Amino acid sequence: MLTFLVRRLASAAVVLLASTFAFYILVSYAVDPLEELRYSTQINKAQLMEARIRLLNLDTPPVLRYFHWLRGVLGYLWGDGTLGASWRTNRQTTELLSGAIGVTMRLVATAALLAIILGVTVGIASALRQYSGFDYSITFMSFLLYSLPTFWVAVLLKQWGAIGFNDFLRDPTIGLWGLIGIAVVAGLIWSALVGGPGRRRLTTLAVAGGVTGLTLWFMSATGWFLKPSLGPVLIAITGVAIAFGVTSLSTGLRNRRALYSALTVVALGVALWYPLQFVFPYATAWLVLGLFALSLLAAAVIGWAYGGPDRRQSIRTAALTAIGVSLLVFADRVMQVWGIYSDYAEGRPIATLGAATPGLNGDFWVETLDQYTHLVLPTTALLLISFAGYTRYSRGSLLEVLNQDYIRTARAKGLTERTVIMRHAFRNALIPLATVIPLDIAGILSGAVITETIFGWTGMGNLFITSLRGSDPNPIMGFFLVTGSLAVLANIVADLVYAGLDPRIRVNA
Amino acid sequence: MTLQPTPLTPPPEDATESLENAIELKEVEGLSQGQIVFRRFVRHRGAMIAAVVLFLVVLLATTSIGVGLFHGWWQWDYIRKHDIAIPGGRPTLVISLAHGIQLGDFPFGQDTIGRDIFARVMRGTQRSLTVMLIIGTLATTIGIMIGAASGFFRGRIDTLLMRFTDMVITIPIIVIGAVLGKLIGGGNAILLGVALGLVTWTTMARLVRGDFLSLREREFVDAARVAGASNSRIMFKHMLPNAIGVIIVNTTLLMASAILLETALSYLGFGVKAPDVSLGQLINEYQSAFATRPWLFWWPGLFIVLIALCVNFIGDGLRDAFDPRQQRRIPNQRKTRQR
Repeated sequence: MLTFLVRRLASAAVVLLASTFAFYILVSYAVDPLEELRYSTQINKAQLMEARIRLLNLDTPPVLRYFHWLRGVLGYLWGDGTLGASWRTNRQTTELLSGAIGVTMRLVATAALLAIILGVTVGIASALRQYSGFDYSITFMSFLLYSLPTFWVAVLLKQWGAIGFNDFLRDPTIGLWGLIGIAVVAGLIWSALVGGPGRRRLTTLAVAGGVTGLTLWFMSATGWFLKPSLGPVLIAITGVAIAFGVTSLSTGLRNRRALYSALTVVALGVALWYPLQFVFPYATAWLVLGLFALSLLAAAVIGWAYGGPDRRQSIRTAALTAIGVSLLVFADRVMQVWGIYSDYAEGRPIATLGAATPGLNGDFWVETLDQYTHLVLPTTALLLISFAGYTRYSRGSLLEVLNQDYIRTARAKGLTERTVIMRHAFRNALIPLATVIPLDIAGILSGAVITETIFGWTGMGNLFITSLRGSDPNPIMGFFLVTGSLAVLANIVADLVYAGLDPRIRVNA
Repeated sequence: MTLQPTPLTPPPEDATESLENAIELKEVEGLSQGQIVFRRFVRHRGAMIAAVVLFLVVLLATTSIGVGLFHGWWQWDYIRKHDIAIPGGRPTLVISLAHGIQLGDFPFGQDTIGRDIFARVMRGTQRSLTVMLIIGTLATTIGIMIGAASGFFRGRIDTLLMRFTDMVITIPIIVIGAVLGKLIGGGNAILLGVALGLVTWTTMARLVRGDFLSLREREFVDAARVAGASNSRIMFKHMLPNAIGVIIVNTTLLMASAILLETALSYLGFGVKAPDVSLGQLINEYQSAFATRPWLFWWPGLFIVLIALCVNFIGDGLRDAFDPRQQRRIPNQRKTRQR
């Protein structure tokens, strides 16, 4: 194992060395820092050129310059390293990078997490309903999403998601025909998802469509869109639904102890809602994280207390429910500042540019909401693109697993369909996914170039594009060093994860 | 090739399964691999529709404004400026029940300086398709060469080539595309395609290598060697035809991503540049006009989506056609009805 790791790391270092060299040479031919000066009409043009040539060592050949740059990078091993500075902004590359990585992480983390959760869920559902109308629609949709150019989607999102929604907020009522349309579509999706014989489909369509229509009508009539809130009643209802949903997936409703522990968690969350409102005004990021950890701990204790032959099942169910309930309480508090924030943004809360409103002096909640309104569009754009990939991948993976002999054995033993799918099939279907995710995250970190450019986020992609446009080699190389190392590391991590999860793969050096 | 007509009366339930197998075997009896694949492909409805649509798009793009010296049937070209026909340069295309389809002078509208959008979109489609084809051909060729050599010779050559592939993979494709695009500059579509083809072959090389690694252990390779065939003959006459399924499928998928890559680069300003036109470059040029002149934005985007979607569907159809495990794509009607 250790030899394997050492060998992989060594070969990764060689690969990285070679690719930085190739990239350095390419970049040094592609960019020309003297370009503007050549056409300049300043009197001291010659001196300016001379100064820049000396600053960037332009009179030495690129190959030698690479080794100079490499010396700077390797210097970090003994503490006097440098990645050089940007000649346009006069700032150190490391400084630029650390700012950009933070911004990109914030953007990519949410999008990647949501894409994985949604993509896997939809892919699994589509595989379980193979060759149904739902499956065909999902397949078509994922092909469509595959074929959409990012920049096109982003411009559309800006137009409809931001400007359209903000316009809608000016008079937030949905017309009758809109209500009917949304209700019918929602009903159709649910009935296709639930499946079954014709009559059951019709019932599902009617129930789901009716519930959706009524909810929307209620939201629209009470002006919910202007003053959104959940309140303890809605939190309780949704929480109980989450408890039942989580239990039926994680242990099955027949496991009463798990169900009761999940319901206890919901009751605790609702009971704590009121006292928490007095704590929240003093919130900081750490306090919120601490509260979240505390809720997980409480859930674990509750699950443990219910005991039974398999305590871990109850604990797991309770913890998953606790995540849902804490998210609800959190969302409720964020919604409470919507009115304040909306007034501040002059009734146009969804932002199209940048990562935060400059000069916004709100408390923790307003700042959080501000971040979310800025995140929503670029996240959606990234989500739409990677969602399709995860859907296809998890669908294919689950179908492959469902054809295996051990699934037939499990069914023959008389296990319930839930146990077969969730315990035998689903877990094994996740193994190949676990190897794709590290590569994808590494790719997404550098691949958000277009999304960042359009939405004006000053992240990694934007740093690269502006430096390339501005003929600024040092930040380009800094960007490449980070993304290249991440790609190489992600490859190794993917191999290790695979070896760890699949006992058939052995890592022998 | 004589096909027995399937029996009209439904057979008893217990005999159904064996009979189905018999019919299935009968269907492929006496057909070559290529014919079987073609039949399966034709049966894939989505892929067939996609193939027809793509053919129509290519036909429209090439004949309307013409290629090179050949003049098309469309009256305008993509550079000339005209007087604005309808105020605001709105499209003259009318589709209604009362009047049918009327093209008018500028069916897709005009831009701010009066150029014909239809001609520009057609020119952009031509450009984007050219780049896509060049990337597809070049990347496939390089990928096959490297993958075949790596999988066939193994050992040191394999290590060397695969480390080289790893090295190319480390560089994010859009990043190297941007750098190459800037390096080549000038907006020469053919050079851009060549440059991008030089860096997009990695997946193909890995897949071909995997196939070759398993194929070289098969008996027919030994037989060919005993018969005195040279290495290159074994590789390209004996082994390559056996790996053709993987190659064709991956080529189509590669082309689908190639057109998105080209348009993305042109959008960022590192690909095809004005005065030449590509679909991504058109969107880049017109994106600020979305609120006032949405058609400037819709038509090029629509063509990108159409082409990419068609190529993706064709790729999916080919994958199913080449996959021997995919016996029945279409579920058995009788069985589903019983459930």
